[in-house]
Amino acid sequence: MRTLIFRTVAPFLSSLMILFSVFVLLRGHNEPGGGFIGGLIAASALAIYGIAFGVSPVRRAIRFHPMALSGFGLLLAAIAGILSLFSGVPFLTGLWVYPRLFGVELALSTPLIFDIGVYFVVFGSITSTALALEERERD
Amino acid sequence: MTFYALLAPFIAALFAPVLTRVFKHNAAWILAVVPALLFWHFFGFAEGVSQGERITGGYSWIPSFNVNFSWLIDGLSLTFALLITGIGTLVVLYSGGYLKGHKHQGRFFSFILMFMGSMQGLVLSDSFLMLFVFWELTSITSFLLIGFNHAEEKSRRSAIQALVVTGLGGLSLLAGLLVIWNITGLSELSLLLSSGDLLRESPFFIAAFLLVLGGAFTKSAQFPFHFWLPNAMEAPTPVSAYLHSATMVKAGVYLLMRLNPVMGETVAWETVLPIFGGFTLIAGTLLAARQTDLKLMLAYTTMASLGILVMLTGFGNEKAIEGAVLYLIAHSMFKGGLFMVAGNVDHEAGTRDITRLGGLASAMPITFAAALFAALSMGGLPPFVGFLAKEEIYYGLAHGDAWSILFTIVAITGNALMFVIGFAVALKPFLGPKVDTPKHAHEGPILLWVGPAILALCSLSSAIFSGWFHARFSSPMASAVSGHEADITITVIPHIGVPLYLSLLTVALGVVLYLSLGRLRAGMESLLLAIGWGPDRGFDQAIRGIVKLSVAVTRLVQNGRLEFYITASFVLLAASIFVPMAIAGDWPLVPAFPQLFFYEWLLFLIAVMGLFAVIWAKDRLTAIVSLGIQGFAVAVFFMLMGAPDLSFTQFMVETLSVVILALAMTRLRLSPQDHRSATQTVLDGAIALALGGALTLLLLRVLQVPFDATLTEFFNTYSLQIAHGRNIVNVILVDFRGIDTFGEIAVVMVSGLAILALIRVVPKRSTPVTTESPASPSDKVVEAG
Repeated sequence: MRTLIFRTVAPFLSSLMILFSVFVLLRGHNEPGGGFIGGLIAASALAIYGIAFGVSPVRRAIRFHPMALSGFGLLLAAIAGILSLFSGVPFLTGLWVYPRLFGVELALSTPLIFDIGVYFVVFGSITSTALALEERERD
Repeated sequence: MTFYALLAPFIAALFAPVLTRVFKHNAAWILAVVPALLFWHFFGFAEGVSQGERITGGYSWIPSFNVNFSWLIDGLSLTFALLITGIGTLVVLYSGGYLKGHKHQGRFFSFILMFMGSMQGLVLSDSFLMLFVFWELTSITSFLLIGFNHAEEKSRRSAIQALVVTGLGGLSLLAGLLVIWNITGLSELSLLLSSGDLLRESPFFIAAFLLVLGGAFTKSAQFPFHFWLPNAMEAPTPVSAYLHSATMVKAGVYLLMRLNPVMGETVAWETVLPIFGGFTLIAGTLLAARQTDLKLMLAYTTMASLGILVMLTGFGNEKAIEGAVLYLIAHSMFKGGLFMVAGNVDHEAGTRDITRLGGLASAMPITFAAALFAALSMGGLPPFVGFLAKEEIYYGLAHGDAWSILFTIVAITGNALMFVIGFAVALKPFLGPKVDTPKHAHEGPILLWVGPAILALCSLSSAIFSGWFHARFSSPMASAVSGHEADITITVIPHIGVPLYLSLLTVALGVVLYLSLGRLRAGMESLLLAIGWGPDRGFDQAIRGIVKLSVAVTRLVQNGRLEFYITASFVLLAASIFVPMAIAGDWPLVPAFPQLFFYEWLLFLIAVMGLFAVIWAKDRLTAIVSLGIQGFAVAVFFMLMGAPDLSFTQFMVETLSVVILALAMTRLRLSPQDHRSATQTVLDGAIALALGGALTLLLLRVLQVPFDATLTEFFNTYSLQIAHGRNIVNVILVDFRGIDTFGEIAVVMVSGLAILALIRVVPKRSTPVTTESPASPSDKVVEAG
């Protein structure tokens, strides 16, 4: 799989896919998309990068162990739920704020944080599996 | 305030390790402030409670189930709370001296404070569920404490044994409380106590009674569940002084006393309790007489004391209950003190074997004095509180009928033997000629003797100022236990009467037995050898049996062959669809021939071709990739049918599963060829067809059920309105059904961890030469590329 063309294209492809995954994640509330599918796209981006360059560069690129990212995601989702408790509404009830940033109204919410958590869990777990499988194959 | 009082020990437990790191063993002085303050806090209630006040309070916890976080302070729980916090203060100080320099002393403080919090919560709980939660917390924290020296196998075994026995009892208690809850509709002790005969008259009374007993008897080490208590002596001595004298083992007695007003005065109660209690009393004292280890002697007498408490609680007359109350308080004071004394002797002389100790009185005068006071109280001699207790017990038991005479004899024998053990522990190590001990003994630091000394003085003063003592503590407690006004009047001045004669008889018998202790020990030894089996060994046999059974079941069900699992699951799944359909004759109707557009036919054709590609693939890798064809075709179908989210996800899942399957195949070094025999192939094919057919039929059947659009309408209406999102699928995932998603991502993460662990397992035969950590950056691969 390590042809010149593939190795040249892979970094661009991966970065575009990561970017696209974030886009899909953020649009999810109103258009097709969401954290789960976003996480899957990001995981495949890394799979492509890994196939082109090997496992170690991927691990260096994401800095943290993928399972740590997954755990972070679960924590984020839990925090999104617990925030509701502090506002006196049941666990995981959506809370919304609309701050104005540079004249643009932003819709921020706990479901968004929750969805980002989902994104990280899916991304981390699948990447971890894929990387672990690729790695052992080579040694 | 009381809410914070309930929390305080847990908070202190949190800071204990840090404080111990800074102040070493002197952290005990700081940590002891917490229980001391709690003692003071509860002491403030004594005045009101003695006037018959009953303090309740709390918060709503789970309102939908009518469960509250609520507490109840009356005579019974107050006296218990005072014992727990008072002796707790002394035990914290004592552990400061006893475990001085131990590298895990901070952890120990933390455990013991957590235990204190749990025990205090247990006795103050008003709501059933809170009682149960704290009950289990005491089991768990005592597991931690007994297994404190976790490097030793004996400690671990004892800890597990205690946890299993008391944990099972806890479950029985939970069931009992739920039965009571169902019978009466009440979930709070304070309401239950004023419910009159509601519980007694229920046909399910016996069930509730037996289940509650299951909890109380295991916790309070009644025969035949007593074996965990002596084994728990593996714990450091402060634990024995606290848990196994004054607090945890008394939880069962507390429960019985608490329920006496609503469960007592029944035939079951007044038969079962005295018989088991009396038997435990005699068995405990005889087993104690056989031991030579100070702590074990004390442990078995604790079992005996719990027996007498259960016996008296079930005896069902006013005086017996007053005797139980007095004895409970007296026992906490003298037994706590004696355990600390035993710990001091062990700590200073290096052994607790009574046959290797002697003549320590001059070296350890304060410890000796404390031991003597405690033994006098335990032996029931004036002017100590133990004397009051014993007199009151005889007042309660000595009546004319045969039943009373039987238990009077039991009590006299038990008390005489207890007298023997008490003085054996208090006198033998200290008097007589000096014996060479492993360590050169001298009096320990103040932290070691302050506890037993204070307890000894309490034993004395509570008897001398009995008027004040009864008014504050024992009378309100007895009132709470018996359910109506009780007034204890007994004093240290002996009154001529039957009880006094019985006391004298007890002491005389005790002295005789003390002098022939050696023979008694030898006799018990040979008797136990002759029996050769006890519940302790029974416990091991039961555990071994369970392990064997689980191994056998696991071998049968989990044979480790993936084909077996898949075959079993598929066959079962197909059967579970076919069989109900066949039995009910509920087959789907033959659907009308679909009217499809040509491109839809094309997609269908691609999907079918993908399937044939899988079947005719030359090797497995090709088969996996061909499976992807079919998956993509389905994804396009979803897209055409107006489910972009689903289709999107299907695309990604197909891609990733092909990638991961291919990786797993190469990683596992599976042979690329399929080596199944022809028969096997046909069989597997048949199973696959059966399952495929079953699912098809199921889907057809489901589609023929009239469609209920209530949910669709709900989500259509409210998705934007409530959850501010137009993508209904995503809104359901992250908002309406957020908890489901939360559970699912937790599963995703756990399976990720499990897969990682599985891949990391190094097969035993290959020698792991390349132990290169996967997280460490390695340039090898880049260079190779």
